[in-house]
Amino acid sequence: MTVHAEPVDAPLASPSGGPEPVLSVRGLSVAFTTETGRVSAVDGVDLTLGAGEIVGVVGESGCGKSVTSMSLAGLLPGTAAVTGSVVLHAREGDTELAGAREPVLRRVRGRDIAYIFQEPMTSLNPVITIGQQITEVLKAHERVSRGQARARAIELLRLVGIPSPEKRVDDYPHQLSGGMRQRVMIAMAVACDPKVLVADEPTTALDVTVQAGILQVLRDLRDRLGTSILFITHDLGVIADVADRVVVMYAGRVVEAGPVGEIFAHPRHRYTAGLMAASPLPGRHAGTDRLDEIPGLVPVLSEQPDACTFADRCGAADELCRSRRPPLEPPRPDRADHVAACWHPAPTDGPAGSDPGTPLEEAR
Amino acid sequence: MSAHAATGGAAATTTRPATPPALEVEGLAMHFGPVRAVDDVSFSIRPGQVLALVGESGSGKSTVGKCITRLVEPTAGTVRVAGTDITHLSRRQLRPHRGDVSIIFQDPAGSLDPRMLVGDVVGEPLRLRGERLSRRDREVRVREELGRVGLRAEVAHRYPHELSGGQRQRVSIARALISRPSLLVADEPTSALDVSVQAAVLNLLADLQRDMAFACLFITHDLSAVEYLADDVAVMYLGQLVERGSRRRLFDRPAHPYTQALLSAAPVADPVAQRERRPVLLGDDLPSAIDPPSGCRFRTRCPAATELCVQVPPNVDLGDGSAACHYVRPDGSGPDVRRGPDTGRGADGTNDDTLRSATA
Repeated sequence: MTVHAEPVDAPLASPSGGPEPVLSVRGLSVAFTTETGRVSAVDGVDLTLGAGEIVGVVGESGCGKSVTSMSLAGLLPGTAAVTGSVVLHAREGDTELAGAREPVLRRVRGRDIAYIFQEPMTSLNPVITIGQQITEVLKAHERVSRGQARARAIELLRLVGIPSPEKRVDDYPHQLSGGMRQRVMIAMAVACDPKVLVADEPTTALDVTVQAGILQVLRDLRDRLGTSILFITHDLGVIADVADRVVVMYAGRVVEAGPVGEIFAHPRHRYTAGLMAASPLPGRHAGTDRLDEIPGLVPVLSEQPDACTFADRCGAADELCRSRRPPLEPPRPDRADHVAACWHPAPTDGPAGSDPGTPLEEAR
Repeated sequence: MSAHAATGGAAATTTRPATPPALEVEGLAMHFGPVRAVDDVSFSIRPGQVLALVGESGSGKSTVGKCITRLVEPTAGTVRVAGTDITHLSRRQLRPHRGDVSIIFQDPAGSLDPRMLVGDVVGEPLRLRGERLSRRDREVRVREELGRVGLRAEVAHRYPHELSGGQRQRVSIARALISRPSLLVADEPTSALDVSVQAAVLNLLADLQRDMAFACLFITHDLSAVEYLADDVAVMYLGQLVERGSRRRLFDRPAHPYTQALLSAAPVADPVAQRERRPVLLGDDLPSAIDPPSGCRFRTRCPAATELCVQVPPNVDLGDGSAACHYVRPDGSGPDVRRGPDTGRGADGTNDDTLRSATA
């Protein structure tokens, strides 16, 4: 099977000259009003998802990656103030989803843009068979007979690699293992052949041997159905495995984006470089190596400052970083597909992960 | 990173120190009703050594940790800490030994009393041991311990909820080490933390272990953390050990098919290397621990299983290093399930080449 048969370069070249976009996010901002005041969760996010592309969104807790993904199909609660634009380039023309009315969103959800989440058990109804839950999606969007719907459910279960699907279709969620439940979630999500699949930490609750199978299913979907996948995760290993392009988020902003190979080999934003130097990689051992720490915490912001929000934790930060927000631009003019929001990008020499020349913390 | 590793790495495995092992577990079994969570597990840890106990959810690795710290009383087998059999000691009999073994958990928020000040949390082991310390002396000890884990002394007057996840984990480490244990059981200590915080906690554990030279049972599912912190590795599957070996040997030449599958499935944060790898896909269904498979417990998911594996259980008493598999020879050679039938990844070299050229 041709997992990476298409040249990795092609989908990476977007937004310019890449595959035609199926989802364009421009200037997306989300703020929440809480009892303790306002929290700015997402600030001016630009993001393009090309046809048949897997874009990985990576960041630590509190960086806004999940809020970004939930806002795409209007899944955030009423306390969220969403501004900016989310355009879905669907079968019958473009649809603006940001601020769209509920009937519009309901038509789009499940049919054009579908979700899978971290914890499959909380997303499945425990008292309804998995077959009925899959057909529920079909009935909501298509005119199908009962027999057709059941046949389609079995076919979907087979597509996601569930053995003997004609028997499993009548199982209840508790009869399945965690990995199988996540496969059912994926089957439900792709029931109407959506253009966009948003996968929010879909393998985080699973064991690695099970995770490998789920990642394989998602890659298969992209290859066989051409589904575009927005893959949200904190796991750099998973990103390295499945993503064509990577978007790194920090404190609600996109701080770096580019082709996966480029980002890992030459991280330019100091936060990206810091994350990679902090990860224990094969061959690293405490006796000989030290993990680079990133001092401090992700800030919780009530207002977005006109400054780099990583400056307080960054060894390379100076007055400029604290007084002006860095634009998301290509640090190298000859690589327009790799952008970083950093006034003092990390040097590109040196292999990825080992020592990207970051002064975040001296190795002792 | 242990004293042994520092003096010569793998050579340390051949010498048997005269002092008793920091931990000796023999034929350990823990059954919860019909659930056989742990069955016939034997291993030992030498003083100052870090043994990683690796396994996926349901493998019984956390239950082993609870037996060792006597949070549960084992169904069968013995647990000896620094030569003392603590398997069936009563609560009262255990008390003098409590300070020898400490445990830290995955979720520091859940393992710190929210109504106690951090200083009281950290100082409580001293109070429970009945050490006659003045309040002042105890405060000094607590301050010392907080400093050791990289926290300021003022933190003693805060409540756990006022701290970040990484700081809370440091508090639980301080509490665990204030009694100067000879053995620290660390149950997934970094799994709930973000990468940048996780790095700090791993560095801290490595430093403390080197400086204080306690033995450590590091229970985790995170193989990259294992490779970073452990001297030796033991792999568990469905309540039993399947392989034990030095970190280097196990990562370089995993012998048991399950270890091979586990290592092949864990993604590495390097797209070029990762896309050259091929995970062994095992299927999703872990058999039930209520009615484990006959013979070898891994046989239902093992690509190399035969009739022999169905009939005869392999020897699970692994000593210093071997694999519980009929087909692994004493020299460690045997089947390599990673070279099995094509699983579909990277079959045509073009993929990796294109990636490499993209990154060049």
